[in-house]
Amino acid sequence: MMPELGKYAEAVLSSYAVSIMLIVVLVVASVTRARRVKRELESVEKRGRENAEG
Amino acid sequence: MASIWQYANPRKFIETTDRILPWVAGSSLVALVVGLVWGFFFTPDDYRQGSTVKIIYLHVPSALMAINGWIMMLVASLIWIVRRHHVSALAARAAAPVGATMTVIALVTGAIWGQPMWGTWWAWDPRLTSFLILFLFYLGYMALWAAIENDDTAADLTSVLCLVGSVFAVLSRYAVNFWNQGLHQGASLSLDKEENVADVFYHPLLLCIAGFVLLFIALLFLRTQTEIRARRMRALLARERLG
Repeated sequence: MMPELGKYAEAVLSSYAVSIMLIVVLVVASVTRARRVKRELESVEKRGRENAEG
Repeated sequence: MASIWQYANPRKFIETTDRILPWVAGSSLVALVVGLVWGFFFTPDDYRQGSTVKIIYLHVPSALMAINGWIMMLVASLIWIVRRHHVSALAARAAAPVGATMTVIALVTGAIWGQPMWGTWWAWDPRLTSFLILFLFYLGYMALWAAIENDDTAADLTSVLCLVGSVFAVLSRYAVNFWNQGLHQGASLSLDKEENVADVFYHPLLLCIAGFVLLFIALLFLRTQTEIRARRMRALLARERLG
């Protein structure tokens, strides 16, 4: 299944490893921050509504 | 027909992108997986570059998005300068880390590819150098946003920085044509059949490019939503502090 990469195997595999790792880190960081900010905003809005109601 | 400016309303932007986001993200994943598997496992070696030609499926799409990411930021910054829509300034801010990551991928895969082909990891070639400067502009842009507390002032100053950096985004694309020297080859994709990369590499490459474009759009939507919410949260907290 694995293609024969010959003497360039290290270069090709390291390119794929670094690129995929950077993309995964970017996606995970974006999703994590999105969820955290959404949760925090909901909590601040809820507090604001409770304060307004007295 | 509805005006595009309706999406300058943060609520409308979030509602619309929330509906589209899963489709864009899903399409991106499919295009990337199929394109990369096709390119890596089912394409032959190049007669000159051997198996290193497989790096093209990462290097070209990431370089393309590094440049086009900045161009998108330029358009969003101009909209902010002219029309003062907060969503456009926040979209430019949201795009910067994505564009910076694409620039790193292009630089790293370029260096790894360059070593066996040119015998060096790096050369002060026009395209490589302008790309490195573009990366420094991305870092400067993000640092400037982070350094200024007032969102409107930060948007104004980063927009000006974006205009200046656009010179290097354009240079990164056309440096090879301007100077006609250096190690880097000309564009891999061309409408001229003679210049264009061979069909056997071209089709998986197109799929990878589509995957990177869709990934950029998906991350842009998600991160812009986050920036809109973070801005609203800052405003609410400031109001709370004032009592």
